[in-house]
Amino acid sequence: MSIQKYIEAVEKADSADRLLEATEALADQKNPAATPTLIEILGYNNPGAAVAAVDGLIDIGEPAVPYLLENLDSYNYGARAWATRAFAGIGDPRALDLLLNAASTDFSLSVRRAAARGLGFINWSKLPLQEILPDQKRVLDVLLLVCEDGEWVVRYAAVVGLQALLEVVSENSEFVKQILDKFQYLREKDPEIAVRARSQMAIKALVSSK
Amino acid sequence: MQQEYPEFGEPESLTEETAIAKLLQKEDLGQRYYAAWWLGRFRVATPRAIDALLMALEDSQDRAPDGGYPLRRNAARALGKLGDKRAIAPLIRCLGFPDVYVREAAAQSLETVGDASCIAPLLKLLDGGVAAAKQVPGKPHLVQPYEAIIEALGTLGAQEAKDAIEPFLQHPVAKVQYAAARAMYQLTGNSVYGDILVKALAGDNLQLRRSALIDLGAIGYYPAGEAIFNTLAENSIKLIALRGLLEYQLKKQSEIAALSEESIKLMQLMDGLL
Repeated sequence: MSIQKYIEAVEKADSADRLLEATEALADQKNPAATPTLIEILGYNNPGAAVAAVDGLIDIGEPAVPYLLENLDSYNYGARAWATRAFAGIGDPRALDLLLNAASTDFSLSVRRAAARGLGFINWSKLPLQEILPDQKRVLDVLLLVCEDGEWVVRYAAVVGLQALLEVVSENSEFVKQILDKFQYLREKDPEIAVRARSQMAIKALVSSK
Repeated sequence: MQQEYPEFGEPESLTEETAIAKLLQKEDLGQRYYAAWWLGRFRVATPRAIDALLMALEDSQDRAPDGGYPLRRNAARALGKLGDKRAIAPLIRCLGFPDVYVREAAAQSLETVGDASCIAPLLKLLDGGVAAAKQVPGKPHLVQPYEAIIEALGTLGAQEAKDAIEPFLQHPVAKVQYAAARAMYQLTGNSVYGDILVKALAGDNLQLRRSALIDLGAIGYYPAGEAIFNTLAENSIKLIALRGLLEYQLKKQSEIAALSEESIKLMQLMDGLL
């Protein structure tokens, strides 16, 4: 079956279930030609299909990034959240500014959440060597700030992002100290038990990796 | 689900003073309605706020086109959030009010602030069992707010309510069935009831899947973890449900440093939904 047939199946889907099936089939192709259709599905308010579309976009990876960035302004909030999830999963540094901005300022907590997590999973090898350290510092500063977000799930995501960042900056003792201090603070002081527990889990992972 | 303000947009900023003043004035009903909600949302649990809300609970000025009492509904909800025991007797009185949504809000609030004294009046509303639990002709609701009543009885640990609740597993309305499963699990700890809710996660209707997710989070049913993760629904709701499971696991631990395998497993699932 050609990719066009899979795209048509999505366009013809006349129920939520059919849309889900068609989206999964299209996403499985991992074909960059599916990008525009997968992005469109993010705006359909069908969470099942959106999950499949995000997975598909992450599998397509880098080739999907320019198209995702180009069309970002036209997305509704739901679609923006899903697109941010796709960026977070792809980890392409071209989306770094977007993720930094979204994590700290977006109105929607699901967008802040996805961005905070995604900042921990940037594919740093795609950047010129001299840009890596300054950009990692920006990510660190934003994530430390996002640990103060008013929503527990955003703080939780920031801890997950910081833990992932910690693994790439483990040679930088100043970064490690700042992250560890934050984990210890959150483990003791965060009002939400899930955030305290997640911070403990991150500390434990660091201790056992040493 | 609890009524919350939308994720986008800032609520009008009030203070304790201005909110109470707005609630006590009689001219602008919209302001009173908003102030009652605001006091609950921002957890203003001072004696003066409670007094004002208790007064609003008896209001008969604010009437909806359907004959209901919007201000009473909001006051009842707010009192549930504030947790002051003085609200218990007035909320029990609300269970006899003619507006079904006031009764619903009162039952929901008694679920959180109530004590054993609420059990008998709540149980009374289940009189007649499933046969009596019919839709009101021409209205979108049943004769009683069964979901809220049954959920409250479950949370309050009303062992004496088990025989009355169990038949509601067969009620034609799915959400009432879920409420019964949720309460029966809380009252018995029997996984048969938790599994009813897990099965509901695979249903066709998104609203019902969301409802089952919230219920599983509320009872902290650990075996549901993977199924919650895989449910076709928004990650936000799945995360809230998994947090509910995690809280139950963490409460079993003596200290946060001793994370159990179950807690770690749940957090790994949550990580995958961010």
